[in-house]
Amino acid sequence: MKNDLVLRVLGRLMIPAILLFALYVQFHGDFGPGGGFQAGVIAAAGIIFYALIHGVAATRRLVPDGVVETMVASGVLIYAGVGLAGLLLGGHYLDYSVLSHDPVHGQHRGIFWVEVGVATTVCGVMLKIFYMFASRGNSED
Amino acid sequence: MAISVVAIVVTRNLFSVIVLSGAYSFLMATVLVALDAVDVAMTEAAVGAGVSTVLLLGALHLCKSEEAKPVHKPWLPLAVSVSTGALLIYGAWGLPDFGDPDAPIHQNVVPRYMENEVDVPNVVTAVLASFRGYDTLGETTVVFTAGAGVIALLRRRKKGPEKTREKA
Repeated sequence: MKNDLVLRVLGRLMIPAILLFALYVQFHGDFGPGGGFQAGVIAAAGIIFYALIHGVAATRRLVPDGVVETMVASGVLIYAGVGLAGLLLGGHYLDYSVLSHDPVHGQHRGIFWVEVGVATTVCGVMLKIFYMFASRGNSED
Repeated sequence: MAISVVAIVVTRNLFSVIVLSGAYSFLMATVLVALDAVDVAMTEAAVGAGVSTVLLLGALHLCKSEEAKPVHKPWLPLAVSVSTGALLIYGAWGLPDFGDPDAPIHQNVVPRYMENEVDVPNVVTAVLASFRGYDTLGETTVVFTAGAGVIALLRRRKKGPEKTREKA
C-alpha cells in the first residue's frame, strides 16, 4: 500500500499525532483519563498503522526486533524495580511513599515510573505479537 | 450493537466477522464512555477495535477465510448461553441502581480512595498504580508472559524453517 497517496499523506499527518497522544495519555494519566496501558496500546497502534502503510520490513528497520524484545522485558523490570527501590529505602515492596521526602510526592514518583513500566511492556508485547503474525504471513506468499 | 452481534454469529465469511467485531468494539467503547468509564473505553477502542482487528486479519491471512460448517447442531450450547444470560439479567435486577451513592460498594473502601492520600486527581490511576499496585504488577507480568508465549510459539527456528511452515 506504499503507493497509495491518500494513505501515505494520512499516515504522515496522523502517526505523529497518535504518538503524541500516546505520550499525552501516558504523562497526563494522573489528571485525566488514561495511564500506562492505554498509552502503550495507542503507541503500538500508531506504529502498526505505519507498518500497514509502509510494510513490516520498513517498520522492522525503524523499530528493530531487539528494541521491541528489550521493551517487553524492561517494562516489567522497571515496575518490579520501583518495588525494590521502595524496599531498599526502608518501606514495603511497592510502597511509593518512601521514594521521596514527601510521601505524596513519593507516591507521584512511584506511580509515574510504574506507568512507564506498564506502557513499555504493553507497547513492546503488542508490537512483538504483530511482528510475529505479520512476518509469518509474508513467508507464505 | 445487537445487530452487529447477530451478524457476527450468522456470517460465515471470517473477514466480515473481523470487521464487524471491530465495529462492535467501537460501539462498546461509546457505551463505556456513556457509563463514565473513559479509561476502559480508551482501552477498548485501541485494543478491541484497533490492534486486535489487525492481529486477527494477520491471523486470517494464514488460514481459510470461510468458517467451516459446524459438526454438531448448536442447540445445547445455545441453551446454556441463553439460560446463563437470563440468570445474569435476573441477578442484575437485584443490584443497586447505577450511580446510587448508597450502594454498598460506595460505603466500604471507596471513601478512602476518594479522599486520596495519594493526591492524584484521576482515582482510576491512583487505584491501579498505588492501592492495587500488586495487581497491576501481576497484570503487567501476564502481558509479558503472553508476549513471551507468542515469541516461543511463533519464532522461526533457525534450523528447520520448513517444519514450522508445514505445521501452519
